[in-house]
Amino acid sequence: MTRLVIWYGELTTPRRLAMRGASLAAAPGLWLLVFLVMPLTAMVAVAFATRGTYGEVVWTLSTGNFRRLAGFGVLGWSADYLLILGRSCWVALVTTVLSLLLAYPLAFFIAARPRRTRYLWLAAVIIPFCTNLVVRTYAWMLLLSSQFPLARLAAAAGLIDPGSALYPSPAAVYVGMVGSFLPFAVLPLYTSVERLNWSVVEAAQDLYASRLRVFLQAILPQTLPGLTVAVILTFIPAMGAFVVPDLLGGARYMLVGNLIQQQFGSSRDWPFGSAVSLGLMLLTLAGLFTMRRRAATGETA
Amino acid sequence: MEKSASQSITAALVHALGNLVSPRPAETARREPSSLVRLAPDAPDLAVAGISKSFGPVRVLHDITFAAASGEFVTLLGPSGCGKTTLLRIIAGLERADQGEVTLCGRTITALPANQRPINPVFQNYALFPHLNVRENVAFGLRSRRFPCDQVDLRVGQALAMLQMEPLASRYPHQLSGGQKQRVALARALVNEPELLLLDEPMSALDAKLRAEVQLELRRLQRRLGKTFILVTHDQDEAMTVSDRIIVMRDGAIEQVGTPAEVYERPASRFVAGFLGSANLIGAVRHNGCMQTPLGRLVPGQMPDWTEGTLAIRPERILVRRQRPAANAVGGVVREVVYRGDHVDLFVEPGPLRVRTAPTADLHVGRHVWLELRPEHLVALRD
Amino acid sequence: MSGRLPRWVTLPAMAALALLYVPMLAVAVVSVNASRHGFAWRGFTLAWYARLLGDRSVLEAAWNTVVLATASTAVATVLGTALAVGMSRYPWPRWLRAALDFTVYLPVVTPDIIFAVALVIAFGILRAVSGVFNMGMTTMIIAHITFQIAFVALVVQSRLATIGRAVEEAARDLYADSGTLLRRVMLPLMMPGIAAGAMLAFTLSLDDFVISFFTAGPESTTLPILIYASVRRGVTPEIHALSTLIFLATVLLVLGLERLTTLAKE
Repeated sequence: MTRLVIWYGELTTPRRLAMRGASLAAAPGLWLLVFLVMPLTAMVAVAFATRGTYGEVVWTLSTGNFRRLAGFGVLGWSADYLLILGRSCWVALVTTVLSLLLAYPLAFFIAARPRRTRYLWLAAVIIPFCTNLVVRTYAWMLLLSSQFPLARLAAAAGLIDPGSALYPSPAAVYVGMVGSFLPFAVLPLYTSVERLNWSVVEAAQDLYASRLRVFLQAILPQTLPGLTVAVILTFIPAMGAFVVPDLLGGARYMLVGNLIQQQFGSSRDWPFGSAVSLGLMLLTLAGLFTMRRRAATGETA
Repeated sequence: MEKSASQSITAALVHALGNLVSPRPAETARREPSSLVRLAPDAPDLAVAGISKSFGPVRVLHDITFAAASGEFVTLLGPSGCGKTTLLRIIAGLERADQGEVTLCGRTITALPANQRPINPVFQNYALFPHLNVRENVAFGLRSRRFPCDQVDLRVGQALAMLQMEPLASRYPHQLSGGQKQRVALARALVNEPELLLLDEPMSALDAKLRAEVQLELRRLQRRLGKTFILVTHDQDEAMTVSDRIIVMRDGAIEQVGTPAEVYERPASRFVAGFLGSANLIGAVRHNGCMQTPLGRLVPGQMPDWTEGTLAIRPERILVRRQRPAANAVGGVVREVVYRGDHVDLFVEPGPLRVRTAPTADLHVGRHVWLELRPEHLVALRD
Repeated sequence: MSGRLPRWVTLPAMAALALLYVPMLAVAVVSVNASRHGFAWRGFTLAWYARLLGDRSVLEAAWNTVVLATASTAVATVLGTALAVGMSRYPWPRWLRAALDFTVYLPVVTPDIIFAVALVIAFGILRAVSGVFNMGMTTMIIAHITFQIAFVALVVQSRLATIGRAVEEAARDLYADSGTLLRRVMLPLMMPGIAAGAMLAFTLSLDDFVISFFTAGPESTTLPILIYASVRRGVTPEIHALSTLIFLATVLLVLGLERLTTLAKE
């Protein structure tokens, strides 16, 4: 006799349920296996191969790519690649913090609009979110170029040579990154701010006069879900950013994204490119797991 | 709530990524079940026999047996987590029992799926279909069974009329108040003419005033239809108001079964005595045909079969006397007087005994009083 | 919420909006400037727009972009919805569920460049093995579907979570068979989630540059790739016009969708 179960009000057998679940998930599951899991596995495999003379992949098991990433080259140790990795982390971190500093006020501002017009203000954040990154980055190139007032102002202040543009420069990268990833921070924060329980904030205003403490004690804990998502959505793409540093940073302010692109483009060194990608992936996953740990311990505390 | 497309997308992403970052909390463990009581009425409409159920290692129901007569209003009463909702879901066919049988009008229905049982539940949060209006919600069951259109219209119309919901027939659930939603849920179940109607805490979403009204209405409706109703609740007032019979549950087992008066006046255990209203519990030892207690020698209406245990008496059953009464007399001093309008609550040493009596001017703190604990109201508890 | 905000909230909010819009505004102004070189104002013109419409490569790229977004969204919505229902409404062995969950979250939490690189390698291997999978429209569509599935599945899953078990149980109890349940209860209730997932997938496809850039072939240029290439070569005024048009199209798309969804609510 087969075992019967009740599943969402239906009397059925575990076997039939498993079959139905599997038949639904089979096609998408297979797709993800072939075009997501296998490619990533292949990437890991290639990271342990070596580059042939003509840029082909030679399947010899070697850790040379990782040694090279760690700085051990034929000419002795150099920190070049580690510097690029570290710089990427730093830029992503600064971008995330700056984006959040701007996103909080904007989220509050939108939530304070009257109900009828609020969706328009929200759309004002969604429109850049939906506009292609290349278009938006190019717009920054234009705005920072030598003939626009910003560059002239900077030149007049003696910050740059007269007649030169504000890019390529690290500052331009930061501005471009914040400009591109700001909407990713605003939207999740807004969904949290919208649900904020204001009586808690008012009680906090009664108890502690300082604005900082009101924010830390009453607003921050309530918007934490939106905040974590905002951090994920800004930090991860910022780590892998390629377009912004490519167009606004130039060759001397290279980030991991550009390094990877270089290996798959002009250098034709897939194995090293894969090793760098793997390193980047491990860094982001590590970041994510620390956040997960933090969230888990924070909730029980 | 008005929500635009992008808002719902971001909300979904926040939800999804939130799950990713913060792992779900572990389920809380429940306590082990204890005792059981059996009961066998003469003409059962619904009979539940030996039902047990575990969720993983947690035993939720332990050997539950009871029956409900045709046209009876039975309430499963107990604190949250006592397994009463699970029992209801097993009767409805929404959960499978590990052991035991459910019989309806002599027919075993344990193996029938929910949609083949002539039983319809009213869910705790009503579970109305949010995308269908009141009329479509009520018609759902008949339409699923492919009733002809004119039949559907007729019966839906009758059901709506009976619950006075006709003016709201084209409203959607989100446009209804809690009480109105509840009526729709009732109509949606009743329109199928079930043999048995199950109600899972149907009043929990209503405010206190409305709840009292709806309780009476529900009682009247059940009388008019003559159907068997089974209600699950943790509210003792509600159980007292509507039921023909109350089944008190605790930790997955039945604690006591009886009419509201029986359960209230003659509680079987400390748990029942404390859960329904308040009771004075007095520790006692049996000695030479009467009970030795800290209050002196007392004689209960019925002698218990234990030698050491507990006696219980309701505060309003304790009589205040000017002279020492002949039997079961306790002398004491009033320590506290709480004025409640139509009565006063006294706390009397020794004990302290809680006494409920009519307000009189001479009952003040420090006064010596005689109390009479009449044998017929002094109940020997099982435990 | 309380109506008036202090200035130290309003000012940064305005600054944030400026950061988002001033650059695009600059592009829009330059795009109607008659000057070919330099940005000094030489009078209003729509000549660059007119020239854009005569440019075959631009029109082709625009067509490619739309085809890519539409085709990939259509496939990904079907697959993603099936995955979401299969995953969240049926029992799975613990390890398989964990594996599926991980796979679905993977594209969301990996920088897109890693994913692009992995696909380049995979397509390279598949090409060597089978002879098909030359870089072009097909590989781009496959790449887009792959990351879209995950997002659609996540959005539909969160919708399914809000529908909850009780409604389904009520429908079953009220004599619905599987067909009725799907047609009369589940699909109507899931529709907002499916639509939101499809919209998100469509936007992500339009928004994407990196994955398209890596998986595109010589014949399958999209608008972002075209703009990127010409920015590297040296900017022409037509690019300003094109950027402005893309931006305006996005504005119309977003406002249109918002309008549509609020109308559907009423």
